[in-house]
Amino acid sequence: MTDVVQDQSVIVDRSDEVERIAKKEAWRRRLPILPALLFTIIVTQIPFALSVFYSLTDWNIVSGVDREFIGFGNYGELFGSSLFRQAAWTTVVMTTASVLLSVFFGTLIAILLDRKFFGQGFVRTLLITPFLITPVVAGQTWSTSMLNPQFGVVNWLLERLGKDDPIQFAGQFPTWTIVAVLVWQWTPFMMLIILAGLQGQDPSVLEAARVDGANSRSIFFQITLPQLRPFLELGTLLGSIYLIQVFDHVEVITGGGPGSTNLPYFVFQRSIGGGWEFGQASAFSIVVVIATIIFATLGLRLLSSLLEE
Amino acid sequence: MASSTTGPVVGENKVSGFIFGVIAWIVGLMFFFPIFWLVLNSFKTEEAANGDPVLFFTPTLEQYREVTASSTGLLSFGEAFFNSAWVVVVSTIIVMVLAIPAAYSLAIRPVEKWRDVLFFFISTKFLPIAAAILPLWILARDLGLLNTRLVLIILYTALNLPLAVWMLRSFFAEVPRELIEASQMDGASLMSQIRSVILPIVSPGIAATALLSFIFAWNEFFLAVQLNPVDGSTVPIWVTTAVTTRGLFLAKLSAASTLATLPVVLAGWAAQKRMIRGLALGAIK
Repeated sequence: MTDVVQDQSVIVDRSDEVERIAKKEAWRRRLPILPALLFTIIVTQIPFALSVFYSLTDWNIVSGVDREFIGFGNYGELFGSSLFRQAAWTTVVMTTASVLLSVFFGTLIAILLDRKFFGQGFVRTLLITPFLITPVVAGQTWSTSMLNPQFGVVNWLLERLGKDDPIQFAGQFPTWTIVAVLVWQWTPFMMLIILAGLQGQDPSVLEAARVDGANSRSIFFQITLPQLRPFLELGTLLGSIYLIQVFDHVEVITGGGPGSTNLPYFVFQRSIGGGWEFGQASAFSIVVVIATIIFATLGLRLLSSLLEE
Repeated sequence: MASSTTGPVVGENKVSGFIFGVIAWIVGLMFFFPIFWLVLNSFKTEEAANGDPVLFFTPTLEQYREVTASSTGLLSFGEAFFNSAWVVVVSTIIVMVLAIPAAYSLAIRPVEKWRDVLFFFISTKFLPIAAAILPLWILARDLGLLNTRLVLIILYTALNLPLAVWMLRSFFAEVPRELIEASQMDGASLMSQIRSVILPIVSPGIAATALLSFIFAWNEFFLAVQLNPVDGSTVPIWVTTAVTTRGLFLAKLSAASTLATLPVVLAGWAAQKRMIRGLALGAIK
């Protein structure tokens, strides 16, 4: 290229040439990203745009009546519906409880694991395994082997401890049974994130604090916890984004039984699951999206700040 | 793994360290107990599994034989396993083929607005699938893709691609600049640069990314049950339908569950050291 520049006869073309090469180079750099980008746009954005459109129509695909554009009618109906309000409330309870409890237990366990002891790696492997288990298998295992009133281990144990009638966990406390299984699966996730935060601490700072006579308690609250903050936030946000979408556990533990229908399950019930009200169900689903966007915006801001570091 | 332990070890007495170790073991065993119990039950007879809990018994493979035997008209274990393997392996390969060049580009030769591209990818992960399922069902129906493996391959690819791009980008970003520049100075071609400089450093990351993508695709149930509940169904569908809940079924269900989840547990154990990066979207090393 330097030859071209030095050649007096082509100096006129130089800027054009440079621009052309720069453009070509820019495309050459963009090219490897394009297939992934196009694939993602087509597969994720088109259905979503269609969902927004459907939510503005009155459309029941079994009634045989044509789809009709009704504007925001579905959204008006939605807030008048007590079933919707209940599903929304269940979603709030289920998501908040399972996220906060997993973060709490995850933090405690991460603190335990962040010190050397015999068999540390093995214990860590035991602890992450619940997160790997296929969600429907986790749900089934808990509702049968663990919590079933007739042959569940937990009720057997309670009986030994003097409790006479078995507890119908999934029947009496449907939402909390689902939360328990979610906490079991997501505590390892939180633990891994928080452990990464603990292990990223600067040992010399901790050492200095100790030399200055600080005790473990004040070191934890004044140094460790503030440093863990971004990790706790990241865990909370990612957990919220994933857990607001829970479907599998609801399906296998209660089948949406009394009071445990969350919004994703409700969308399914009102449409493919038997309701066939596609317009209305789409409006429900858009509400889930809006709720998620609130978490996601916060999540993206946090990710972006972690990316800077 | 936890070689970089930075916890309050120095100056702490041995006794409390020991106690913490014991507590960690107890907590670990408690968390693992349901899985241990599941596997244990799968080797019992139905009578033993449904009776009072026992730790010692004569193990039998009867339940495994029974749940893997095929009966007409029902999704068999063999079919489900084959369908899952097919869908998961093909979609993971496509994910890697699409994500590796994209991640390479985003990390090593950043384009303008690379940050926006990265955030676009991840924002698609934040869209609840429930919000897209109706259009997906209608599109799949109109294109004749309902109950095919293809529809799951396409969607699982879309599901894992953002995660893979983020995760791989963070591994590619670790390749020292100087190494790349040095190889360029030596006049190495792009291909040989990738082969001799970049790949050796990022290949563990590529393996971990593929394993994570495998895990998520294998475990997926929502899309499978909506779009492909009949022919070409996958293992999570099989495990929820294979065992009839009439009569005694706990041991059979345990055997089916163990078979269904074993592949992902093994994959997760293999990837555990690098898994956190994918789960935390590359924000944590």
